Amino acid sequence: MTSIRIRSKLIDGKTQLRILITHPMEHGRNRDKLTNELIPTHFIQELTISRNQKPLINCVMAAGISKDPYFSFMLKGGAVGDSITIAWLDNFGNRDIAEHTVS
Amino acid sequence: MLALALLLLMMALPVQASPVQDQSSLRDYYRQHFPQLSLADYRQGVYAIDAIARSSWTAIEEFPPYEPAIEQGEALFTTAFNNGSHYAYCFPDPGIADQYPKWDKSQGEVISLPMAINACRVAHQQPPLSYQHSDMLNLQAFMAYRSRDKTIATDIPADDPQALAAYQQGKAFYYQRRGQLNFSCATCHVQNAGKRIRTETLSPMLGHTNNWPTYRLKWGELGSLHRRFAECLEQIRANPLPEQSVELRNLEYFMSFMGQGIPLTGPSVRK
Amino acid sequence: MPLTRRHFIRKLAVATMALVASALRMPTALAFWKAEEFAPGTLDATLAKLVPQQAITDSDKITLTIPQIAENGAVVPVSVSTTLAEVKSISLLVEKNPVPLAIRFELSPDVEATVSARIKMAETANVIALVETANGYFRTKAQVKVTIGGCGG
Repeated sequence: MTSIRIRSKLIDGKTQLRILITHPMEHGRNRDKLTNELIPTHFIQELTISRNQKPLINCVMAAGISKDPYFSFMLKGGAVGDSITIAWLDNFGNRDIAEHTVS
Repeated sequence: MLALALLLLMMALPVQASPVQDQSSLRDYYRQHFPQLSLADYRQGVYAIDAIARSSWTAIEEFPPYEPAIEQGEALFTTAFNNGSHYAYCFPDPGIADQYPKWDKSQGEVISLPMAINACRVAHQQPPLSYQHSDMLNLQAFMAYRSRDKTIATDIPADDPQALAAYQQGKAFYYQRRGQLNFSCATCHVQNAGKRIRTETLSPMLGHTNNWPTYRLKWGELGSLHRRFAECLEQIRANPLPEQSVELRNLEYFMSFMGQGIPLTGPSVRK
Repeated sequence: MPLTRRHFIRKLAVATMALVASALRMPTALAFWKAEEFAPGTLDATLAKLVPQQAITDSDKITLTIPQIAENGAVVPVSVSTTLAEVKSISLLVEKNPVPLAIRFELSPDVEATVSARIKMAETANVIALVETANGYFRTKAQVKVTIGGCGG
């Protein structure tokens, strides 16, 4: 299953974009309840948002962003049929990518 | 003389209020304390009475972190068992969370939705799920989502004194002081509902059973009502009780009946 | 809830993933994320790395929407919008977090200068919205109380 959920809405000639990502965003200071070992850092570092293959937003972040991160943006213009692509890269080198068509 | 003795005997016996009377007097109490709230308003829990907490909660509910659980729950619900049957055989309408917890006369106990899910599995030769397992919680999330806006339908059937006994046990548990802090559930959620404990507002009991399973921000994941009960017991330094134990099911039965008629809002986000 | 639409989108995603990945040209090296920006330190030390000579002007043209009291420091919803012209990026910093910089949104001119996110806060602190424009850096801040509740916290 994808880790990226996308919702869009055309409002007054703009495109509202809402994104929910499943990711632990672990800051490395939590301890495992059973072993008491420190849980290693594991967080998204980069997030990119493109519309019709054109990169519009680039985000850099660390574990100061909450677990299961949420982001919301407002793109200028936009139309039904626009292809929105969201991609992320984390500090383990994991990636995910999802595409969404504005309707 | 015999009549007088009988009369004296009857007066000496404690007369319990009926569940309906309990429900009525509790709601009168809350109506006095929160005159601005309708019964349906209680479905939002503490957010019905704490505006700052509500603004934060509303922002998170715009795209809530329990959404993946609903999808995963639907996928589980529609996946066939090894014997070819489906959950739909037991639950033709998955939106059945309003019917639980319920009294089961043949089993002689309160049945909760998680128990019913496991009963369905066992009836189809699938192993029961641990109550904390993500599959169990995701299934509940899907069924709760489909049940949204239905109202709590828990009732105490008149034709089985054991049902009433379970209700009374749940009620006794609720009002019994316990733990190092010597609080009962009622101490915070009835007597001090609406007041603050440090910076937290204490929520009223009405609406405590209609929003499960819940993504607690503290847990960073979905969890069950019984998990929350156990946590609350730990926080008042009392012995926690296992998920789906008789005591917690009877407690849930009592609380659910008190909340009869409140719309369901699961799955939900809470702090 | 458009679950059926989501199923359709998933099928579409599978179909377009290969095409999109090549078009997107994801960096294999971490071209954008810099460890020094996300290193533990004080707010001032972080701002020194982000803003040349820490030349930041307080601005009332930035709206920072955040609850006065955080229900739980693990998830604090926040929104920033600004009427400043020629915005290049919006950053969120939390003064008393071990790593003060939470996120930087780099926005192309095709994007409105308004963003929302959910951030972690270790303790009661100022949250700073830092806006980079073609005309310099601007900021506003708000204090958020983060406490352990009486029972449920």
